[in-house]
Amino acid sequence: MDLNYGSQYEDFKIEVQDFCKEWHGINFSDAAKTPMSQNFESNGKTIKRSEWQSILIEKGYTARSVPKEYGGYGGESDIIKNRIIATEFSNAKIPSAMGGQGIDMLVPTLLELGTEEQKKQYIKPTLRGEMIWCQGYSEPNAGSDLASLQTKGELIDGNWVINGQKIWTSTAQFSQMMFCLVRTEPDAQKHAGISYILIPMDTPGLEIRPLVDMTLKPGFNEVFFTDVTVPESNIIGKRGEGWAVANATLGHERGALTDPNATMNRVNSLINRMKKETIDGKRLIDIPVYRDKLIAIQAKVTAFQSNSLRVLSSKINKGQDTKIAGMIQKLVGTELRHELEGFAVDIMGELGTLYEDSPNLRDGGSWQFLYMYYLGLIIGGGTSQIQKNIISERGLGMPREPKVQGN
Amino acid sequence: MYFGLSEDQKFFQENVSKFLEDQSNLDVIRKITEGEANEIQQEIHDGLVNLGLGSLLIPEQYGGLGLDLLFATAVSQSLGEGLGPIPFAGSYIMAPLAIMHGGNQEQKNNYLTKMSENSMRIGVGFSEYIGARDNANISINDNKISGRALFVIDAKDASHLMLSDKNGMIGIVESSSSGIEITELVAVDKTRNFLEVQLKDVDIDILELTSTSKEAIDKSIDAGRIILAADSLGASQALIDKAVEYSKERKQFNRVIGSFQAVKHMCAEMAADLEPCYALVWHAAHCFDNSPDESRLMACHAKSHVSEVSKTIGKKATEVHGGMGFTDLMGVHYWFKRIGVNRQTLGAPEVIREEAARIQNF
Repeated sequence: MDLNYGSQYEDFKIEVQDFCKEWHGINFSDAAKTPMSQNFESNGKTIKRSEWQSILIEKGYTARSVPKEYGGYGGESDIIKNRIIATEFSNAKIPSAMGGQGIDMLVPTLLELGTEEQKKQYIKPTLRGEMIWCQGYSEPNAGSDLASLQTKGELIDGNWVINGQKIWTSTAQFSQMMFCLVRTEPDAQKHAGISYILIPMDTPGLEIRPLVDMTLKPGFNEVFFTDVTVPESNIIGKRGEGWAVANATLGHERGALTDPNATMNRVNSLINRMKKETIDGKRLIDIPVYRDKLIAIQAKVTAFQSNSLRVLSSKINKGQDTKIAGMIQKLVGTELRHELEGFAVDIMGELGTLYEDSPNLRDGGSWQFLYMYYLGLIIGGGTSQIQKNIISERGLGMPREPKVQGN
Repeated sequence: MYFGLSEDQKFFQENVSKFLEDQSNLDVIRKITEGEANEIQQEIHDGLVNLGLGSLLIPEQYGGLGLDLLFATAVSQSLGEGLGPIPFAGSYIMAPLAIMHGGNQEQKNNYLTKMSENSMRIGVGFSEYIGARDNANISINDNKISGRALFVIDAKDASHLMLSDKNGMIGIVESSSSGIEITELVAVDKTRNFLEVQLKDVDIDILELTSTSKEAIDKSIDAGRIILAADSLGASQALIDKAVEYSKERKQFNRVIGSFQAVKHMCAEMAADLEPCYALVWHAAHCFDNSPDESRLMACHAKSHVSEVSKTIGKKATEVHGGMGFTDLMGVHYWFKRIGVNRQTLGAPEVIREEAARIQNF
């Protein structure tokens, strides 16, 4: 056991800390309109989101291992440096680099499977936040059973002509592009009939309708395709290889959904809230039942943080077996966060249910919002039940459900 | 950066596991718990002491192996997994640590050397410091100890007893002293023993530093808690392995029951609950060895959280076995009971969580 990153990282850590001091208190003039966008304390320094992104790329604090020719920093991939950057930024409360489906999912996919032209065309503007992407995977009848998707793509005169519908499309309303799974080989077996196609969102025949979720904040959309026509070259990989291409990116998403350090920050906010909040004049932190549950949750989050250190270690030390430790992160991370946010609502009682711009709102209504938001994340990206199938089958070697005929 | 057990630790751990598989299978455990294999139990104990279990933490200058708590934690996992029917947490972890942190030089020379030579073994009774049950009470005055200690661990056949009063003052008495009356308790887990000890004006050797500082008793209890958490971790892993294995063999409705999602999801939940406990327990042991500031809270979290997870696993793993899980034949209950006793020993989860709140000045 050695939890030190090693002396070679000390200089880097100091460099990042200096950077954080220099930029402490910056705020965005054009904050991203996503439900998770945070407000940072401002010291008057204001900057555009895309300018901030460019600065971070230049320093190598994001897009670190993306080659320079595609607009990245062009360095070696270094998990420990990434970790130091994330920790120091979080400690200093300065905004981290942009994420989202374009940067976190599409860019790695293009780097792995895209053509030279596609890499040159898309990666740079995506990294700089000038090109926002959404993901067109799920359909009304293709959720957990994603490979049964039916949105159809036909190759006519050198163009893909696409008809059908996608659902749960986050950020479609802000996006310039979509990466989309389309059935192009109707006669092929289920998984072999899908292609991965890139679609500009302003293509005629493409219609976006907001899908309001339980939080009532802008989030999901439905996207309808009526003879949406894009060039044949907008495909990644070959015809019928879309399932494999998509699986390369789903792996990137599952890791990104749950950050144990962010969860621990919420525990600490909850502790602060419990020190301030009272019932019959008595501080909540002094009430034994609440204390007990708080510490139980703190212990769980601590375990989850330690688990993520172990997973990190297995990425650095080849051959370290932490298969199940990695596999459980989506399930445990989302369920734990939902439990934590829900507990915070409980300790505040009626006050915990206040929402939007209500008088007497606590912490901007974030506890109630995230309590609901995390229920969405428990379902999205592979439901908890699907996660349990994966853990039992791939982690514990238990048999698959017998297949129903015709599937 | 490396988060996990070292090759040495894994190697040692596997040796303990192999030893228990060979010498202490379920049939042997059954006989031991029925009180019909005292000699075999002593042989198992001697065998494991020969492997070094008795002196893991004792510094080399006193003849021990001078290893750290993480090492002992790895060993404890194996003991839990294999139901090791020997004293460990009390005699070989808590007692030497209390002496190392609370004894003066003469006491260290005397006790630690004898312990590493295996000519002295100590049972530990700190329950009255953590939270006295049934009005048990220990008072120490003028190097004499009186009162009653409950749930003294690893104390059967021990040459000495280490006891504490409410203030964390620790002393050592000879088990054979006049004025000591020992009663064996019958806990649900019979792979280890728990005693009630009554004392009347018995000569006691106070560990010198403990009359003014609680550091020794806190260190000792923190370590004991981490070791018990590791024991439950190992026992829980054994239960998951058994449940998964059984579910792949047992057929109903012309299918192995492990192909039903209801069963698969129970197993996945057990694995998802337990997996972070490895990281938590090792991290807690690492903090104990390297960062004393975090160590008390981490020990509390490890013990209370693993206790909760193990309790659930004890239930679910039994259920996966169906009616057979409820029988003595299948033996699942030995791990269920070991987990049950670990949970209450050195502080039940609620007791420990209150302590964790105080450590953080809540």
